[in-house]
Amino acid sequence: MMTQTQDIQAREKQEVSSASEQTTPGRMFSPQVDIFEDDQALTIVADMPGVPSENVSIDLQNDVLTLTGVPTVSTPGQEDVVLQEFDTGKFFRQFTLSEVIDQAKIKANLNYGVLRVTLPKIGPAQPRKIQIAEG
Amino acid sequence: MLIQRVGNWPFTNQLSGFSEIDRLRNDLAQLLTSRRGRLGGEISAGVFPLLNVNEDQDNFYIRSEIPGMTLEEFDVTVTGRNVTIAGERKIPAEDEKVRYHRREREAGKFRRQFNLPSDIDNNRVQAKYRHGMLMIVLPKAESSKPRKIAIDA
Repeated sequence: MMTQTQDIQAREKQEVSSASEQTTPGRMFSPQVDIFEDDQALTIVADMPGVPSENVSIDLQNDVLTLTGVPTVSTPGQEDVVLQEFDTGKFFRQFTLSEVIDQAKIKANLNYGVLRVTLPKIGPAQPRKIQIAEG
Repeated sequence: MLIQRVGNWPFTNQLSGFSEIDRLRNDLAQLLTSRRGRLGGEISAGVFPLLNVNEDQDNFYIRSEIPGMTLEEFDVTVTGRNVTIAGERKIPAEDEKVRYHRREREAGKFRRQFNLPSDIDNNRVQAKYRHGMLMIVLPKAESSKPRKIAIDA
C-alpha cells in the first residue's frame, strides 16, 4: 500500500541555553525528538547530525535525563563562506522523567546521526502485606 | 572602555553582565558576517535541507544535516553549475501499542537545487554521508580557477 508522503519543511535549528554555566564556548542547539512509551520502556529518539557515538553523553540523575552531543568539526580554516544557512554547535536537551527507570538497563544506539535511547521502566512494586501484631 | 566601567559597577553582577554583552556582540557579528556569503544577502531559501556552502581555491564544499537516511534514499545530481539534493527521509514505524508524547522529527520527501557561482568538474564530484551529515566536494573546473597572467613588458 502506498503511503502519502509530505515534503519536509525547512526549520531553523533552535538555540538553547542551559541553566548552568558552560565550560566550553560555542552555541547549543536543541535536537528534535520523538518520545514514546509502552508498558516496558520509554524511548527517546533524537536527531543529532554530525555527532559520532563517542561524543554522545546520556546522563540520568534525580529523574533528569540529559542528552548531549558534540558534532565533529570538519571545517578547515582555509574555506570561505559562500552561503550559510545553519549553524553548528553542541546538541543539548533535558527531560524530567516521571517514571522510575531501571538505570542499569538503559540502552542507546546512534545511527547516522539519530540517537535512540531506551529507558526500561521498573516493574510495579509488589504489594507487601504488613502483619500487624496484636497486643 | 565604557563597557568595562558599566560592567564593574554592580560588582556582583560583573560576570553575567559581561557574558550577556559578549553574547549580543557574537550574535551581531554573526548577523553581519557569517550569514552573508558570496551570493550576497540571501539568508536562507527556506527549503529543506538547509545548506552550508564553502569554497577554497580548488573546491566547493556543500554540507547539510540530514540525519537518519540510508545511502539509497539519497539522490544527488550535478549538471553544469547546478546541484540537486533530493531524497526521502523515512522514519520507521514503531510498534502499534506505543503512545507518543512528542513527535518533532519529520519524515518526507525533499528536493533542493542550488546554483554554484562557477563551473565545476562534474566527473570528480564526491559525496560522503557520515553521522547524518551530507558533505559534497565539488572540484572547480580548471577554466573557472583564477589564473595568474604574466604581463609582458
